[in-house]
Amino acid sequence: MSKHTLAVLVENSPGVLARVAGLFSRRAYNIDSLAVGPTENPEISRMTIVIDVQKHALEQVIRQLDKLINVIHIAELTPADSFQTELLLVKISATEKNRFDVDAVLETYDAKIVDNDASSITIEATGEPSKIGDLLKALEKFGVIELVQSGLVALERGSTALSDRTLSPQSIPTADDGGQADYQN
Amino acid sequence: MATNTVKNGTSMSGASALVKSLEAAGVDVAFGIPGGAVLPLYDPLFDSKIRHILVRHEQGAGHAATGYAQVTGRAGVCIATSGPGATNLVTPLADAAMDSVPVVAITGQVPSAAIGTDAFQEADIRGITMPFTKHNFLITNPADIPRAIAEAFHIANSGRPGPVLVDVSKDALQAQTTFNWPSSISLAGYNPVITPTNQAIEDAAALITQSSKPVFYVGGGVMKANATAELRELAELLGAPVITTLMALGSFPGSHPLHLGMPGMHGSVAAVTALQKADLLITLGARFDDRVTGKLSTFAQNAKVIHADIDPAEIGKNRFADVPVAGDLKVTMKALIPALTKALAKNRPDLTPWLRQMNSLREKYPLGYDLPEDGSVSPQYVIERIGKISDPDSIYVAGVGQHQMWASQFISYEKPRTWLNSGGLGTMGYAVPAAMGAKVGAPDTTVWAIDGDGCFQMTNQELTTCALNNIPVKVAIINNESLGMVRQWQTLFYEGRYSNTNLESKRVPNFPMLAEAMGCVGLSCERPEDVDKTIEKAMSINDQPVVVDFRVHRDAMVWPMVAAGASNDDIKIARETAPDWDSQEL
Repeated sequence: MSKHTLAVLVENSPGVLARVAGLFSRRAYNIDSLAVGPTENPEISRMTIVIDVQKHALEQVIRQLDKLINVIHIAELTPADSFQTELLLVKISATEKNRFDVDAVLETYDAKIVDNDASSITIEATGEPSKIGDLLKALEKFGVIELVQSGLVALERGSTALSDRTLSPQSIPTADDGGQADYQN
Repeated sequence: MATNTVKNGTSMSGASALVKSLEAAGVDVAFGIPGGAVLPLYDPLFDSKIRHILVRHEQGAGHAATGYAQVTGRAGVCIATSGPGATNLVTPLADAAMDSVPVVAITGQVPSAAIGTDAFQEADIRGITMPFTKHNFLITNPADIPRAIAEAFHIANSGRPGPVLVDVSKDALQAQTTFNWPSSISLAGYNPVITPTNQAIEDAAALITQSSKPVFYVGGGVMKANATAELRELAELLGAPVITTLMALGSFPGSHPLHLGMPGMHGSVAAVTALQKADLLITLGARFDDRVTGKLSTFAQNAKVIHADIDPAEIGKNRFADVPVAGDLKVTMKALIPALTKALAKNRPDLTPWLRQMNSLREKYPLGYDLPEDGSVSPQYVIERIGKISDPDSIYVAGVGQHQMWASQFISYEKPRTWLNSGGLGTMGYAVPAAMGAKVGAPDTTVWAIDGDGCFQMTNQELTTCALNNIPVKVAIINNESLGMVRQWQTLFYEGRYSNTNLESKRVPNFPMLAEAMGCVGLSCERPEDVDKTIEKAMSINDQPVVVDFRVHRDAMVWPMVAAGASNDDIKIARETAPDWDSQEL
């Protein structure tokens, strides 16, 4: 088993998330993380899905996903050819006394304080999953009160866009001139 | 056929736009039942040239649409109201998805303002049917109706066919809109692969010439691609044995000398063994279903695999493909035939020993059955005689169970689209409504439902529909007063403890009387010597549906059999009897 990151362009229409989630559920594919959001094109949303599967199963996942009518394009993004990051918000116990130690950790991981009060601080950090994991480990000793993480998001390196090579569907005439079109011939 | 006579830009209700869209899509028949949310649609439907057949249960509408589609090759249409009407379509839609049948289901939905409030007769049918529709729509804006219908038919019929559901809210049906039938469809996320790569065709041809034990493993996809003529040409070109799955019976003539029969759990010894011993499977529109492969890790262990299918997700799903060929099977075979002709001209392997082995297996282990010792009627004999006496173009529609397997074994299917059954989902109750749809799609052809007494009691209410709508199907109830296949498993695997499989249907109901009550002719037969004349009597009645209660021996079993989860190598030709492998040169 190994982790794979899929970038999935989908139509921005109701029910698409349910279709994708339902597919993973009924075919027993495990989702490690899932992030969905708008794109540069208001008609298209983009999902970043991280799954933990064998190579053979990965091909199945991609082909089954591709059968969903609302799924426009799927690409596997590797750490080498893409920039991959996730967002962490974590609230930890902090006092005047240990504040200096916290600051040292935050500096190491390029994290920042977004909120604080007398007994706690809330930290925001972004980065690849291993960095976020290390940061969390380093913060454990202060006492984690609550945390939330986004799914991973990923973007291909270089100047091209996934949508460049996918959004030119062929146009098929409808069967308004004599019954259902004979698709088989 | 329907022609779109309404001008784009005409003002009308959403319901009228839906009817005009169905007409524009070429729909001539729809099966359905009205109800609250879909009522606005039924008003303009009253004036349409579309023949609407009022069924007695929405499940009947769904299977009828499937039967119609299987026979005509064009999407069948069913209509239901919201809530329970829609959920009653769930089983036939799942059935159509498993067997890749093009069906378009139209359902009414509660008004859009009420969606999500648990309103009367509200059910999230789009959510419910997501797993087993090829696609589905929820339409709340009447202006979206024509495009949704056009897309629904395109998606259902093209690529790997399948069911599509269009759910339309009541307010969208009632509101005024402007009718605009789209002149073309473009779906960014839907472009079925039609033409295989040249490389795939060349690789397939090359691999075939290296094989001395090839076998054609043919699935339902060949029929769906209307590629049966190409299959025959290809098979005869190579001269290799052909095996047709349960969904493919009729796509290659059953009596052809190269045909070894059906593979799988109840396949012929020759077909099952050919797959096990082959060095190459030329797989065409089949999906390595567990009922075919048996224990997957022991299936065709020495074979390389060419896998051609229009659905790339099927290729490599269950079995690795040495040569994957994604594309339409007609296009694929049209390309493969000249490529193989060329390759064979350079190097034609000698298939004679392989063919000799397979022919000897076929001769030594033909499908057969023992007549009951008590002189009662053999179910296999009844089915075999129907296949012999009925006219050669007849269409046979089976339910699910022993009678289905016997109908697949003891009737020879010579032509495509003459054998309909519920292969993937295994839906008991499929036969009567699917036969109704088949007869509507092929009114001049004799349509026999070969049904079990268990299956028949699930959906026989559609015989009323048949009687009232001049749909004269013929139904043979193979009455063994049991859930026969379950009983067979209880005999074999549960020490003969017949828990809840005794239906007592030789006592109740009285099937001929039930048939008569529904406006059909009811016949009965319980002696072997009466079988032929009863079938002939049924054949002579063509203005009414006919139901024959064939009261048969209850202990007959389906053989050969590969037990569930067992290896195909462990096929049994009778209880605890394996083929005599030692005497075979394999």
